[in-house]
Parts: sequence; C-alpha cells; structure tokens
Amino acid sequence: MDWLQIFSNSASSILSPATMAYALAALGLAVHFGFAGLLNMGIAGFMALGAYGYAISILTFGFPWWGGVLVGMGAAAVFALILGIPTLRLRGDYLAIVTIAAAEVVRLLFLTTAFDPVTGSADGLSGYHTSFRASNPIPAGTYGFGPWTFNAVDWWVRILGIVALALAVLVVWRLMASPWGRVLKGIREDEDAVRSLGKNVFQYKMQALVLGGVIAAVGGIVYALPSAVSPGVYVTSLTFFVYTALLLGGAATVFGPLIGSLIFWVLQTLLSNVLPAMVAAGVLPFMSQIQASTLRFILVGIALMLLVIFRPQGILGNKKELTFVK
Amino acid sequence: MSNNSSARRPKSKATTTASQEPKAPSAADDTHVMPSKPVERAKSTGLHIGEAAPGVAKVDPIIVADGIRRTFGGLTAVDVEHLEIPRGAITALIGPNGAGKTTLFNLLTGFDKPDAGTWIFDGTSLSGVPAFKVSRMGQVRTFQLTKALGLLTVVENMKLGAKGQKGESFWQSLIPGIWRKQDEEIEERAMELLAKFKLDAKADDFAASLSGGQRKLLEMARALMSQPQLVMLDEPMAGVNPALTQSLLDKILDLKQEGMTVLFVEHDMHMVRHIADWVVVMAEGRVVAEGDPHTVMRDPAVIDAYLGAHQELDLGVVTGRYSADAADSTTDAAASTKVKASDLEAAGMAELEDTSK
Repeated sequence: MDWLQIFSNSASSILSPATMAYALAALGLAVHFGFAGLLNMGIAGFMALGAYGYAISILTFGFPWWGGVLVGMGAAAVFALILGIPTLRLRGDYLAIVTIAAAEVVRLLFLTTAFDPVTGSADGLSGYHTSFRASNPIPAGTYGFGPWTFNAVDWWVRILGIVALALAVLVVWRLMASPWGRVLKGIREDEDAVRSLGKNVFQYKMQALVLGGVIAAVGGIVYALPSAVSPGVYVTSLTFFVYTALLLGGAATVFGPLIGSLIFWVLQTLLSNVLPAMVAAGVLPFMSQIQASTLRFILVGIALMLLVIFRPQGILGNKKELTFVK
Repeated sequence: MSNNSSARRPKSKATTTASQEPKAPSAADDTHVMPSKPVERAKSTGLHIGEAAPGVAKVDPIIVADGIRRTFGGLTAVDVEHLEIPRGAITALIGPNGAGKTTLFNLLTGFDKPDAGTWIFDGTSLSGVPAFKVSRMGQVRTFQLTKALGLLTVVENMKLGAKGQKGESFWQSLIPGIWRKQDEEIEERAMELLAKFKLDAKADDFAASLSGGQRKLLEMARALMSQPQLVMLDEPMAGVNPALTQSLLDKILDLKQEGMTVLFVEHDMHMVRHIADWVVVMAEGRVVAEGDPHTVMRDPAVIDAYLGAHQELDLGVVTGRYSADAADSTTDAAASTKVKASDLEAAGMAELEDTSK
C-alpha cells in the first residue's frame, strides 16, 4: 500500500470544494434543524436548486457567473417559501416527510427528459465555466505545497468557497447571538410558549427556512463550481451525508458543521483509498475492490447511528443544548 | 384559617429554636415581610351590576364574550352565552375536569378558534386574531403543562418575554449596535423580576434544571416581562409545594396591586377562596354560576356540579385514621366525627351510578 499517496489524498480533501460545499449545506441545516428545530430532510433539494440555478442561468440565459450565483440563491429562497407556506404549520416529523418528498420532486424534475434541452436530464450540465474562469485574477500556474498544490483555477474555486463559507459562518454566528436567534431557539423548545409571548412564530420559521435553504444552495453552487452538475449527486443519501457531517460536529453550533464536514470528508477519502488498497494487498480476501469502496458508505451509516445514540450533541455541542431524542 | 396560622408563626418562632423546628428558616423566609403588610389584602367588591348570576354584567369589564361555542366532533366543549371578566380584579375559573376551562382559555387567547362567537378585549374585537397578536395587545397566558424553554437559560427565557425588541427582526439583529442597549435594559428588568421571584441565583442555568414549582414561577415571571394588562394563569398551583404556594399567592395578589387583571383556572379551593375576588363556575362547557367566592361556594348548584357535598369533612377523621384533634384546621372536625365512612361511600357510589346512566 502506498501510504504516502493515501495520506496525501486525505490531507488534500481538507481544502476540496466538496468539503466546503458540505460545510455550507451542513451550516444551512444547522439553522433549520439545530437552531429552529425544523426537521428538514430535503437539504439535497436546496443544493440541487443552487447548482442547477447556477448552471442553467449561465448556459441557457447567458448570465455572468455571479448572476448565476444570485439565481441559484434566489431559486432556493423561492423554493423555501413555496415549501414553507403549507408545511411550516406541521409538526416536526410531518415536516420531515414533506421535505424529503419535495426534494425528490426537485431532483426528478431535473432528471426527466421532458426538459432535456435545459436540464440535460440524466447527463446533467457541464461547460458553464467560461465566465467564472475568465474572472480569475490568479495568473496561470500551480501554487501551494505538499498535498495542497493546485492550479490557478482550482485555487480560485477554493478561495471563493472559503469566502462564501466565512460569510455564511459570520452571518449565522451574528444571528444566533442576537435576540432573533433567541426567539428561534425558543421556537425549537416550544413554539406555543413563544407564541404566547407575542412572537410571530410562523414568520421566524419561514425566515430560518429561507436562510438555511439559501446557505445550502450556495453549498450546491460551490459543489458545481469546479466541474459539472450531475442529477445523481442530489439524491436522498446526500441529505443523510450532510446530516452525518452536521451531527458529527454538533447540530446547535456554528462551527460544528465546519468541523463535521472536514472530518467527514477526510475520513471518506481515507477509507476510499485504504479499503481498495487493503483488498489489493490481500488483507480483505472476501471482497472485491468495488465492494470495498462501497463498504465506506455502510460505515457512514453505522457512524451516523452510533453518533445519534452515543453523542447526539456532536463534537462541539453542549450535551445539554441538544439531544436528538427528547 | 391558614392566614391566622401564618400570621402567628413569627411569634411562635421566638419561643422555639431553629433546631427544634427544621422548617423554621423557610417559613421565616416566606413570612418575614408579613407583619408589615396586612395579612389578607382587601378583596375587590362591587364588581357586578345587578344580581350575581351566570353572565351578569360588570361595572368595568376587560373581556366581554358572547355566544362562544367550540365543538370537537359531537362533543360541545365550550358553550358560553355571555361572560364578562371584571378589570383590575382576580377572577377564578373553576369547574370539574372536562368542563371546558382550558378550552375557553385557548379560545380567548387565540390558540384555538371557536365555531361561533365574538369576544372583545379592552374594547377591541379579538375574533380571528392570532395568538401572538393577542399577546401583543396585553393579554398574556401561561399553560397548564408548564412550558419553560428547557434548553435556554433562565434569563434568556425571561428576555424572550419582553415586547418590541429591535433585535428580534431579522435584518436589525445583524447589527448589534441597534439592539445592544435595549437588550441590556431588558436584562436588567429580567433580573429585577427574577429577584422578586427568588430565581435570580438560577439566572444562568438552563431552565430544564429547574424544579416543577420553579418552572411555574419562571413561566409567570416570563409572562410579566411583556407588561400585560391581563394575565391568564392556567392552574398556577398544580404541582407546586405548599411553601411555594404561599409565595405564589402573594405574587398573584401583587399583580392586582400593580393594576393588572388576573384570570386563573384552579382546582385548589383554598387558594380560590383566599385570593379570588370573583368566581366563575363552569360545568359541561357552560357557565353555571358566578359570584364572590364565599357565596358561590355555598351555591347548591356549584356543590352539586363540582365541590361535592362533603368538602368540609376531614376524611382522615371520618375513616378513623386519626382523632378529631388532628383534623385539618380548614375542615369541620366536629362534623367529621359524626359521619360514618360507609355512608359516604354508599352516597358516592349512588352518585356514580346516577351519572353513568
């Protein structure tokens, strides 16, 4: 086994756009689930809207890349409004059912051949990079050191990803430290009590749904920035991966989603390198290399179960602040 | 009466030492201000116009409800023809389980919508007004099952109660400069109220760590943060220990003194007698009696529907578990010795069979 290569790949994933995309999506989910108590199981749908909104507005309507970003965010905001008006009056578990269905509807709309010229159906979308790459101020060449050596385009993607993440963290952190955040946490605890104190609970829940949805959409855009948009990415299991990252870091924290996504992706990369290598080296004689790379998803599932049972508050969370089972 | 005994306590404390009477410190805590205050604060009288009867008009009503009906399937939970709640007084809403007291509470506060009916709070119609707007108008409620926000600290719970916070709007909350000063003022007010409710030592603890009684206190204090005109308390004494009951009663009397109107649901008849200026009795969704507490509790209809004919008896004496000397001071010990337990039981069984028919 080439341990050096394995560790290099794993370390490289710390700065990968996928990690940043997950961190953004998990942060959006933290606003929904951790702070407002909205059990949103459709975060993949918000990410898909961000990614497709970005790609379609560039490819079909000739928008500049930043226009595409705004369209992606706007699409998620509109989706949150449409989803929220009928469903935010529902109790937690019903909201989960509705959101998971809504996310599937979004994905299937992008997948169907009916809109093939616009959405690319099963092939997805690619080739929308011209405007984005033209805006790159970094001169061509490779920069960095060790596992973190990337070319100018890759750096531009990563820098914008970090800027987006930093902005989102700043906004969420300021909000949750304010009276607005206090009302939101109160709603998580008992919305009737907050209602009896004269707060418009529906409005707060809607604001939280839109805010979290827009942050998740930015995650979807960052995910799509380096290469392509593929409908196979925005499946329900993506929602569960984001939940795993969120719960790993701590659902009711601002920096937890960041730490959780980092650990999630470093471990994923490590396992996806180590397991096939172990099969090749004859350590796991009972499985093929393909089976070995699937094994990591089984391990993610087990990790999610163990987390919820034994450490529901995550790494950064306060045990008292959030317990999954009340 | 319990009032007399609590007034005597400071005197008797002088003759006993703390070690002989383990409860002395807490008793002293509760009563140390009593001698300077009148033991029983004056009840408000002259609240109604004409003879006290269900739906009687009040001199100065804060709530006027008309024809309120709420049905759940085939069951009529509330069917109130006319009800007025007097301003600046303490009104108790009593009645047996399932009488519709909490449902009426929910309807008046906008937490539930009636099938029919109108009601006016302080001159404004509240029909169809959502709960949060009702609260903003100055009509704040608490819940039968206490709703302390467990994973917020006690002081955060309190601050949530304050009205008109600039920092509670989405965009303004992003700029601390806009709301920081107001937030500090609110915190100051919250700490003052917490001190009054003897919760200031717990200010930074999660509300989940409070005892049941302390949560009741917190919920009441939190409701007061909004500086309401009408406080509606749903069973404020349920699950509160006797020592705390006394201080809660004083808090409620304080509210009246500060000019607020109080409407509360309660099953503890001693408390109702002690603090209520006016009593509304509900049974099977209707108002069956109204009046001042002493009159209402002697009303045969009320005794029949709710209190029971034997409320003055001490069951311990009746069943012979202890002698008449040990009887509770609020009961009629002499009468208790004359009644046979088997007679009571037979009467109760007959009543049960009657109602099940």
